Amino acid sequence: MRSDRSASAPMGLKIAAAAGLLFLHVPILLIFLYAFTTEEKSYQFPPPGYTLKWLAVAWDRPDVWAALGLSVRVASIATAVALVLGTLCAAAVSQTRFFGRETISLLVILPIALPGIITGIALRSAFSFAEIPFSFWTIVLGHATFCVVVVYNNAVARFRRVSGSLIEASMDLGADGFQTFRYVILPNIGTALLAGGMLAFALSFDEVIVTTFTAGQQQTLPIWMLEELVRPRQRPVTNVVAMLVVLVTLLPILAAYYLTREGDQVAGAGK
Amino acid sequence: MSAITQTSILEGRSGTFARLSDFFWRNPKILLFLMLAPPLLWLGIIYLGSLFALLLQSFFSIDEFSGLINYEFTLDTYRQLLIPSNFDIILRTVVMAALVTLASAVIAFPIAYYAARYARGKWKALFYLGVMLPLWSSYLVKVYAWKLILAKEGIFTWFLAKLHLTWLLDAWLSLPVVGGNSLSISYTGTFIVFVYVWMPFMILPIQAALERVPGNLIEASADLGGNPAQTFRHVLFPLALPGIIAGSIFTFSLTLGDYIIPQIIGSSRLFIGQAVYAQQGTAGNIPLAAAFTVVPIVIMGFYLWMAKKQGAFDAL
Amino acid sequence: MTTAVLFDKVSRHFGSVRAVDSVDLAVVEGEFFAMLGPSGSGKTTCLRLMAGFEQPTGGHIEIFGETAEGVPPYRRNVNTVFQDYALFPHLSILENVAYGLMVKGVGKEERLKAAEDALAMVKLPGYGTRRPGQLSGGQRQRVALARALVNRPRVLLLDEPLGALDLKLREQMQEELKTLQKSLGITFVFVTHDQGEALSMADRVAVFNDGRIQQLGTPEEVYKRPQTRFVADFVGSSNVLSPAFVKSLGYPARYASLRPEALSLGGGTGDVTGERKRVTGTVVATSFLGAANRVTVEAGGGTRIAAMVPASEALPEQGSGVTLSFAAHDLHLMDEAA
Repeated sequence: MRSDRSASAPMGLKIAAAAGLLFLHVPILLIFLYAFTTEEKSYQFPPPGYTLKWLAVAWDRPDVWAALGLSVRVASIATAVALVLGTLCAAAVSQTRFFGRETISLLVILPIALPGIITGIALRSAFSFAEIPFSFWTIVLGHATFCVVVVYNNAVARFRRVSGSLIEASMDLGADGFQTFRYVILPNIGTALLAGGMLAFALSFDEVIVTTFTAGQQQTLPIWMLEELVRPRQRPVTNVVAMLVVLVTLLPILAAYYLTREGDQVAGAGK
Repeated sequence: MSAITQTSILEGRSGTFARLSDFFWRNPKILLFLMLAPPLLWLGIIYLGSLFALLLQSFFSIDEFSGLINYEFTLDTYRQLLIPSNFDIILRTVVMAALVTLASAVIAFPIAYYAARYARGKWKALFYLGVMLPLWSSYLVKVYAWKLILAKEGIFTWFLAKLHLTWLLDAWLSLPVVGGNSLSISYTGTFIVFVYVWMPFMILPIQAALERVPGNLIEASADLGGNPAQTFRHVLFPLALPGIIAGSIFTFSLTLGDYIIPQIIGSSRLFIGQAVYAQQGTAGNIPLAAAFTVVPIVIMGFYLWMAKKQGAFDAL
Repeated sequence: MTTAVLFDKVSRHFGSVRAVDSVDLAVVEGEFFAMLGPSGSGKTTCLRLMAGFEQPTGGHIEIFGETAEGVPPYRRNVNTVFQDYALFPHLSILENVAYGLMVKGVGKEERLKAAEDALAMVKLPGYGTRRPGQLSGGQRQRVALARALVNRPRVLLLDEPLGALDLKLREQMQEELKTLQKSLGITFVFVTHDQGEALSMADRVAVFNDGRIQQLGTPEEVYKRPQTRFVADFVGSSNVLSPAFVKSLGYPARYASLRPEALSLGGGTGDVTGERKRVTGTVVATSFLGAANRVTVEAGGGTRIAAMVPASEALPEQGSGVTLSFAAHDLHLMDEAA
């Protein structure tokens, strides 16, 4: 669809597209508004007044800090594991023609193609079957499983560009396998891996469904929020945390976009 | 550049790395195996193993008196799925997933079409980010935002009051099935939030499918006297279909398995996800919970198979 | 004469596909050797066998007398100029050229100096700080050449290096490559599907088809005395004459080739000496090619003969009867009988 550079869109299409995008963005923007409302008990709109005091209140809440800390630690380790597994898988799939490539792609995609609740309950019953107590590591294990696909998708797209003659050129010039990996492959896939890692981090940081099944008594930030949604205690604090979560996930996504924009796109369907 | 090295086969570096490198060069299959082993062990054993163990449990039953699992093969648990109260849950979820998918496709299409055919340069990037950011923003925050919007005293009510359309909302809420006390505790509310949360997953695959369509194909159709409706039906829609199917894999699957949205925004009637959650949690009936999870697995398996036949995976 | 590359009954089969099938060849040190053939003829696979990217499924390869099977590409003192140049996009031009020396552990100052010299040699001095993406196709081609030559390989392999360039640039590069090869004295093995390129540049040409060498010889031999119908057809678009037709001209009943420029209009009088053969027929097509015109004549029995005639001569009308003549020794009988 690239032939008509000059043609402009019909008005109906413009309106429909703009309305669709507004529908996607307005609710998120409202979160920012509510973080500053003076109203404590209800979701009254428009807010009767604006204040910054909830930022301070949220800042002093140890439970928020604990949940945030846990989420960051889980996301970091899950991302690291996903980076290793996803890159290995992508390298194997793209550098060689072996049977079963499709099966491997399917296996990697399965943890996100199937509803999260299935992954969650499957892991939970496996933990109880193997008598593994819930811990930090059970959360990480669940998160890493569905984060692999994000790294994999980003890496596969980039490997496709690097593979073939660049690697042969490097070997031809006297570089052995390790040197080729260090001097040619790694610099070329680096940004894709960084982008994949950022997205995996955002995905893990935000995950709630699988986490409810693998977390036991610990609260990640999304679990904390879910508690507040089901049994609200102090709504304005929830509003502030919601705003914080939007900001924390926004940055890695933007970073991932800028890292991969010249060339392949971020594998958006891979969430 | 005059002197030419006299050997034609070089010595090569010494050391472990060099020897390993030579070894892998001579045995590429071993390298492949070493690369594949960790991810396959992780996904194959931890993930598929758990999944398989879960499915196995659906063939056990629970002893009604002791509440313990009876480890004998039986199809009783599956029979329980068919009792009216459970079957209603399945039906309700599948109908909801289908409606959400349909609505997502309708809303996503103009955005994808505009982005694929008209947006250029800076606008194209902006469109892309405009879809990616909501897609990746926090799921819970999005749900929460809609709680703010749909609450009785919330924005939606305020907005309709400004337009003097409150009567319309009241009329809708008084309808059977889709209505309720307020939007935030009705099926309508659940539906809106589902569409909001999963619709972005529909846009990119449709856009990808449409980008592969040469623009002159649409002009050709218009040239041959096709009006816009005919062009859409006979040219655009068939070409976008693989993308729509690819996107629907996500919207359908994610709706089928969600248990948080209907819990926070919706009537008290259960969806599959909630039933699974309740059965494995408070009820402690793992076999029935497992049997419930088989429903989306079977539906999605069938769906993926159909999608593959339609070539939808290329649009992912 | 030292043999630079030796193939002894080398085969490379991919499953049931015989990409290279029992090929024998010997590239002599210091020569410009071309491997010519259509795509899929096995010429590129032969090059990859020399570079070490492929391993033979049968036969034996030697590079300067040393066994090459089982030796990885990075341990062969052989370098390649790739068809798509394969410049490293993340490195500057200078770093690209210095790459081979870098991985061999040559000190930074020394290797950058060598890379500068190599860039100057390919007439790109001062381009070192740019990125591959900022260069034109012709410039990238020169960088690829410098990157390979800076390692002082004993054999330089070139895989259709001029294929992506436009005609004018290609002709210029052909001359430069030839000059460079002569001044460096490095053995060049050059893969191309362009017969003109092979004939004008190479000292010897191997014509490939279906994984086998059809003919190996100097450009003149291959052009004037093709041994098979394929070579006659592929190299120089000769007229290939059937045994029956050849017999009717008074030769043994064998396939023969006759180059279009060996034919002239009319019976062949004036200063033409020696025995001449004549063919009569009807003009079916004429086309203007600039310096010459091509006249296609139907000579009976379904035989069509193309003749190149100087543009100065008057063109016969389509459908008119003409006589073509050629010197008897210009008709080349091939080995193939029927």
